[in-house]
Amino acid sequence: MSGGKAFDEIYGSDAAGAREEFAALARWIEETPATELERRQHAAEAAFRQLGITFAVYGEEESAERIIPFDIVPRIFSAGEWARLQEGLEQRVLAINAFLDDIYGERRILADGIIPPELIFGNPQFRTEVSGARPPHGIYAHICGIDMVRTGPDQFFVLEDNARTPSGVSYMLENREAMIRLCPELFDTYEVEPVDSYPDMLRETLRSVAPRGSGHEPVCVLLTPGHFNSAFYEHSFLADNLGIELVEAADLEVDDDFVWMRTIEGRVRVDVIYRRIDDDFIDPLVFRPDSVLGVPGLMAAYLAGNVALANAPGTGVADDKAIYSYMPEIVRYYSGGEPKLPNVETWRCREGQALQYTLDNLESLVVKLVDGSGGYGMLVGPTASKAEIERFREALAAEPHRYIAQPTLALSTVPTLTAKGVAPRHVDFRPFCLTGTNGVTIVPGGLTRVALREGSLVVNSSQGGGTKDSLILAGAKRRQRQSQSQSGQQQDQSIDRSLLQQEGGMSVAIGLGQAQGGQIQKLGDTIQSQSLAGPAHDSSDER
Amino acid sequence: MLSRTAASLYWIGRYVERAEFTARLIEATMRLDSLSHTPAGAGAWESALAVVAADYGFAITGESLTPTSVSRYLTLSHDNPSSIRACLDAARGNARAVRTALSREAWESINRAWLGVRDRASTGGQGATLALIDSLKAEARGFEGALHRMLRNEASHFVRLGAAVERGDNTARLIDVKYHLLLPEGEKVGGVLDRDQWTTILQTVSAVTAYRWLYRDGLTALNVADLLILRGEMPRSLAASCDEVAMILTNIGKRTGLQGEADRLARLRQTALARATTRNIINGGLHEYLTAFIAENARLDQAIGAQFRFA
Repeated sequence: MSGGKAFDEIYGSDAAGAREEFAALARWIEETPATELERRQHAAEAAFRQLGITFAVYGEEESAERIIPFDIVPRIFSAGEWARLQEGLEQRVLAINAFLDDIYGERRILADGIIPPELIFGNPQFRTEVSGARPPHGIYAHICGIDMVRTGPDQFFVLEDNARTPSGVSYMLENREAMIRLCPELFDTYEVEPVDSYPDMLRETLRSVAPRGSGHEPVCVLLTPGHFNSAFYEHSFLADNLGIELVEAADLEVDDDFVWMRTIEGRVRVDVIYRRIDDDFIDPLVFRPDSVLGVPGLMAAYLAGNVALANAPGTGVADDKAIYSYMPEIVRYYSGGEPKLPNVETWRCREGQALQYTLDNLESLVVKLVDGSGGYGMLVGPTASKAEIERFREALAAEPHRYIAQPTLALSTVPTLTAKGVAPRHVDFRPFCLTGTNGVTIVPGGLTRVALREGSLVVNSSQGGGTKDSLILAGAKRRQRQSQSQSGQQQDQSIDRSLLQQEGGMSVAIGLGQAQGGQIQKLGDTIQSQSLAGPAHDSSDER
Repeated sequence: MLSRTAASLYWIGRYVERAEFTARLIEATMRLDSLSHTPAGAGAWESALAVVAADYGFAITGESLTPTSVSRYLTLSHDNPSSIRACLDAARGNARAVRTALSREAWESINRAWLGVRDRASTGGQGATLALIDSLKAEARGFEGALHRMLRNEASHFVRLGAAVERGDNTARLIDVKYHLLLPEGEKVGGVLDRDQWTTILQTVSAVTAYRWLYRDGLTALNVADLLILRGEMPRSLAASCDEVAMILTNIGKRTGLQGEADRLARLRQTALARATTRNIINGGLHEYLTAFIAENARLDQAIGAQFRFA
């Protein structure tokens, strides 16, 4: 969280040349003429347009179907960096699932005073309708997209947990296809972990949570709101690649608490629904009655345990921005260990002192709506106009509980092709974490979003962001495979351990309230100093 | 295959066929109209509206009946639910929803046809209208070609099923209107006016040359009825439409292992047509025969929807 010049992921902080492992990539960037990079980038974008990889910008005409700009210069992680991220991500999504199971079940975390109950019960994302009903196999958030930012060689922070219907994975896959076709030399130079196993991983995850017993091939479907949805391309892409039907609400019917899909050969019973529709719309009988996207009776079938919904209804309470600030405590509570991935320092404006601090420092903070997404309802202090700041000041004073504030991070940069040649641009990263009965699976890759405007920190596609391919180096492959299978075992153990701890009635007495911000800050510090000093990982990953 | 996917594909077939038919109708009507020194031209556009059952819809727009206003109404009007633009809108909407069930070529031909009319405010003069019609016909042919190159699975079967059902309906309407409504009283069958009318019909279904090959004794009402109703080798005849519908339903049945009411109706109709003779049809009243065919065709459409759970 240092000020000053941003950390560049290829060149480091001090411009003394490329970081050792990435020297070859730096050479490639320097030696490939900008015109050649442009030619390839145009070829990639032309291919995306033909494929129809578009998204719609809400509030614009249908003609405003756009493609997300693609940047030809890839982002790259070393095997060591990825291994550490992976551990932290596993810990985090296990905690998210344990938290949801607890909140909709026994609510120990509330009884133990870790989280103020009003934050749960007053939360629009908390669904009383599913309280007490465990989803098949007790898994809630099957697919999580954890948004990460980075400020230094080892400083990774979770910016946001997306535990509802995270999107963007089709870009991860299509970007890689484009890179392999257009820049094959990079894949000669580096051994890169493949991402195209994602559809298989996802299919396995979905099959694993089917409620019906053995001896029967589960029927999985992807439920889309329809082709007017901004992410429809991704829905059809995934259904195609998973080899499952892409269904709309009208294709499904619920009869006697079972879900059926209507095919030309008759009714087929559905076991698992990968739904890309928000909770509010999935069943007009339970949630919004005006929803035409939903399936009447679906929730009854779900509550009867006859169908698995991925993700389960009610997961929104775990990725809510108000809950976000408690994630370190949540991870600690359920895993019994320190969070391996820290949060970004966060001020909860619902708390008086935090609000005062926020109001006093609006010019340097990022202020977010607790229930906003997609970069809407957000103030980036350092780049905002006076009028915008004043508007937020009034909004904050009126409804402080709807906002959180975070420091403006010096987000890491990656070289990016711009109109004036290759230049550093800020990035974030969304890896995709799958949770099934077979544990947590994380595809070695993710979606890198890049803020294409110079100096901009907003990477959302609706706000002029682009995407990049994210290469994970295979590094010492065999060694990593080993550690993966080991961590798989540890993971199972850690589930058991967390259960034991819950049953043992672990009480974590952490001073909540005013000291919160400071504590998170401290947590961030310890993690940083730990990892800087830590002998745990291979020093060859450092420069 | 999902029922909704099948329904979308079926309706793509119907809408593209309808768009092409309307385009051909406009083309033939323009020719008839250009003979307007004869009385044939006078009712040409009125009859075109009647063929596609758009006469009432046009009347309530309050526009005066001119070649330009009618051809615009049939081609581009947003008020007309079966204008070419409306058909292509619907076809493309369906195609987008089931994009992955179509081949890329099939999608592109629909999309191109749609782009061709999307932003047009007017059909322009006669030359411009004919150019637009030509390009629409070319796209429709391109779509048919692409369809034949698709995997012969349910997807292509349902598109072709829709097209075949629509084709039967269109041809029946065409003969009905031209034969009964527009032959002015007292006009002798076989006169100049009559010949122009029949030529227009044959042009609309691109059968002028075919007629000459099959019948050596000049234009007669009986022969035209024979060609367009009973001749199985004439692609747009009712018999050909019935054969095709029955055959496609059989093919779908082979793949899914299921047959039903739609199969039964289709075969019944096929058998009845095979037994019919032109003489019988004319004696029983051509108009009555065609009205019954159109109703039967609509029943078959309903049965297809029910059998494959479209709604």
